[in-house]
Amino acid sequence: MKEKQSFEDDLKKLQKIVEELSGGKLTLGESLKKYEEGIKLAESCSKELESAEHKVELLMKKDGKFALEKFTEGEEK
Amino acid sequence: MPLENKHIYTISEVTQAIKKLLEEKIGEIWLEGEISDFAIGPNGHFYFSLKDQSSLIKAAMFVYANKGLKFKLENGLKIVCFGKINAYGPRSQYQIIVEKIEPKGIGARQLAFEQLKEKLLKEGLFEASHKKPLPFMPFRIGVVTSGAGAAVRDILGILQKGAPCIDVLIRSSRVQGEEAAKEIAQGIEDLNQFNKVDLIIISRGGGSTEDLWAFNEEVVARAVYNSALPTISAVGHQINTSLCDLVADCFVETPTAAAKIIVDKKNALLAELESLKQEAGFSVGDIISLLKNNLTALAHAIKSPLDRLQEKEQVLDELLAGLNNNMRQFINITRERIAALIHRLDALSPLAVLSRGYSLSVSMADGSVIKDADKMRPGDKMKTILSAGALISSVEEVIKDERKTIV
Repeated sequence: MKEKQSFEDDLKKLQKIVEELSGGKLTLGESLKKYEEGIKLAESCSKELESAEHKVELLMKKDGKFALEKFTEGEEK
Repeated sequence: MPLENKHIYTISEVTQAIKKLLEEKIGEIWLEGEISDFAIGPNGHFYFSLKDQSSLIKAAMFVYANKGLKFKLENGLKIVCFGKINAYGPRSQYQIIVEKIEPKGIGARQLAFEQLKEKLLKEGLFEASHKKPLPFMPFRIGVVTSGAGAAVRDILGILQKGAPCIDVLIRSSRVQGEEAAKEIAQGIEDLNQFNKVDLIIISRGGGSTEDLWAFNEEVVARAVYNSALPTISAVGHQINTSLCDLVADCFVETPTAAAKIIVDKKNALLAELESLKQEAGFSVGDIISLLKNNLTALAHAIKSPLDRLQEKEQVLDELLAGLNNNMRQFINITRERIAALIHRLDALSPLAVLSRGYSLSVSMADGSVIKDADKMRPGDKMKTILSAGALISSVEEVIKDERKTIV
């Protein structure tokens, strides 16, 4: 399950890292470490966007309680 | 029948009778027709005719009744009105004095729509300041629409193809008919209460204005307004913007367009990630080449003392050359000195003494020079070196103070 919040957090972290890297105030060791971290974040974010789970469900409500059902296209519920 | 037996009406009398008849027998009625000959009198009263295929009736709507009218009357407009039939004696005319008027059919709905729209506008439901930004990546979207409709098929198709990372939660509702508005509103509330989606799309495919009417109803507009989750209204329509559109945070013309917003967001994010990766790579590259430059600069700085060292070496070489000259001179002087010393040594050589008649005796036992007679015993052999040749002899007698005897 993808979490919008963690994705946003990761992206923000990545943006910050890129900013720090372009700031040019890091030592070579620090920047290599940041770079590695940044690439990892970018890869994991891309992976989330490229995942192909595409879960489709139907939200049902019975007696005030929610239930999820598999959605079958063309079926009236 | 003789004339004098008949009741002869005056004009006023018959007019009065007609008036009474019309007003009592017909009185207040609802009347439907099409407006023609519309005119506004100097006092603001409306005068027009209402007609159908075969008949026509004059109508007047006085200013007290028409001043609150929400829409404009014009020729050709089909209306339903409420009024009182009355006779106007001076012109032998009957007419309807209109109290209320509404456009007929869709027009009445349109009127209701306009009225509701104005009310919601005044309440601030369309305010831009109330609109929520769409999440930059909604991974789970909720859709309120008919589970059997074209809208859900379109949305799922686009997402499946363009952004299969998106999960979809459908809250099926009727989208047309009496109950539709209530169900749509309930669906929006349910998705908010369930609170597992990042965004809600309220949608249905195209249809006539009548078909889409549910999306103009107050209950839907208020549910959209009250939704804590961002909303996209995607109601297929050609001409009019629905109230749902006006209240939603974002609206598009078709379900497909709504799904495309999300696909676009995904693609834009992927592109951004790629460029962030590149930028990070460039930055590290920059850092490395900066360091390289620094190194080169340092190497230059190091080379400069080297140069100085070489200069020093040259000086040293020159110094050495000078030194060599001095050394040669020193050696020469030394050599001369040694020669002089050798000359002096010659003078001191024992050989020179021997040549003057002195001799040197050494013990045969240990080769030592005999300087003291007491060291020798009679019978000891000794070698006496002369200026020319040597003698070997035995000691006959040891005289301890021979010098005295000589003297």
